[in-house]
Amino acid sequence: MSELFSKKNKEAFTLPLTKDNPVTVQVLGICSALAVTAQLKPALVMGLSVTIIVAFANVIISLLRKTIPMRIRIIVQLVVVAALVTIVNQVLKAFAYDVAQTLSVYIGLIITNCILMGRLEAFAMSNKPWPAFLDGLGNGFGYAKILIIVAFFRELLGSGTLLGFDVLNYQPIKNAGYVNNGMMLMPAMALIVVACIIWWERAHNKDLQEK
Amino acid sequence: MENVSLISLFVRSIFVDNMIFALFLGMCSYLAVSKSVKTALGLGIAVTFVLCVTLPINYLLQTCVLGNGALVEGVDLSFLSFILFIAVIAGIVQLVEMFIEKFSPTLYSQLGIFLPLIAVNCAIMGGSLFMQQRIGLDGADPKFIGSLLDALVYALGSGIGWLIAIVSFAAIREKLAYSNVPAALKGLGIAFIIVGLMAMSFMCFSGLNI
Repeated sequence: MSELFSKKNKEAFTLPLTKDNPVTVQVLGICSALAVTAQLKPALVMGLSVTIIVAFANVIISLLRKTIPMRIRIIVQLVVVAALVTIVNQVLKAFAYDVAQTLSVYIGLIITNCILMGRLEAFAMSNKPWPAFLDGLGNGFGYAKILIIVAFFRELLGSGTLLGFDVLNYQPIKNAGYVNNGMMLMPAMALIVVACIIWWERAHNKDLQEK
Repeated sequence: MENVSLISLFVRSIFVDNMIFALFLGMCSYLAVSKSVKTALGLGIAVTFVLCVTLPINYLLQTCVLGNGALVEGVDLSFLSFILFIAVIAGIVQLVEMFIEKFSPTLYSQLGIFLPLIAVNCAIMGGSLFMQQRIGLDGADPKFIGSLLDALVYALGSGIGWLIAIVSFAAIREKLAYSNVPAALKGLGIAFIIVGLMAMSFMCFSGLNI
């Protein structure tokens, strides 16, 4: 039992949440992080889907790591991931159809999400299944964390709602002169919000700064 | 009439539905390989080329095999599209790599390092997935893709849009070496802000219609 939660395993889970965040530090999986964050709900679903897919793809590749020939490993990894994404896509279409419509092609693009390939190459190919599972969970949650922060600000400031419920859209607030900033819903602002997160993070943690 | 819609599709895919600024496709390699204009140009050309090869093939695959009732009457196989598209892309990239290596060693030495990267570039897969979505659109929609030629024009336009985006970004980044950026924003942070500002300027194309 103690071996299951050794220091190394714990780090595989916790580091991606803070110091080794996949989005802001490793610069992986930016495409979808930016595209689905205009509202909180799709961002939550996307974060959850990626977490599940990274965790299980890590386990499967880690189990197969000794049998995959090096030359064709990328194709094998892609097929495993594509199968998992197809399953998630079908489940979403069955149980959360409207969210699946909003996410549209970005669910399919999880296949080419760099977090997946990055973690499979860097971790799952050289580690046992259990640490690989924890690493996948950690990176998935690290990714979801950034998604949720960005989506929170974009939905709150852009349309004055959170998860579709009104937060700022009340008459007294409007009378005081507050207007929703439609600009936040534009794709360009996603980049600026992520830049602000990176700025805040690096200002607090000098180790991460680039020379 | 036919030519007008083709030109419209081409211009729209370069400026209005720009892969980087409107759809954020291929962001990872965009940020990683934009430190000098020369390598950016190489990757841009490679992406355009692979898009132009894989997108028409995936178009045929979608219409002749996967679409509703295309292969067997009443059977819709489009849930298999993710696996088939990515297999086509990975296979074609491997083929193109071997082909270029055999027939044009100079081009291979220029593109060589980028080709394996392209198989997992979201822009390629994204192009195919958007194409799949656009086949289902109404024929009068300017985004509609209804023939193999449309698919090819869309691929070429998207590729050129990506190329313009990465080359101009790399040019700005080269100049950035001489500017005084706050320590915490250096590198990644300022890169994001530049892409954001460029995306804002590309937003002025959004009303473009031919």
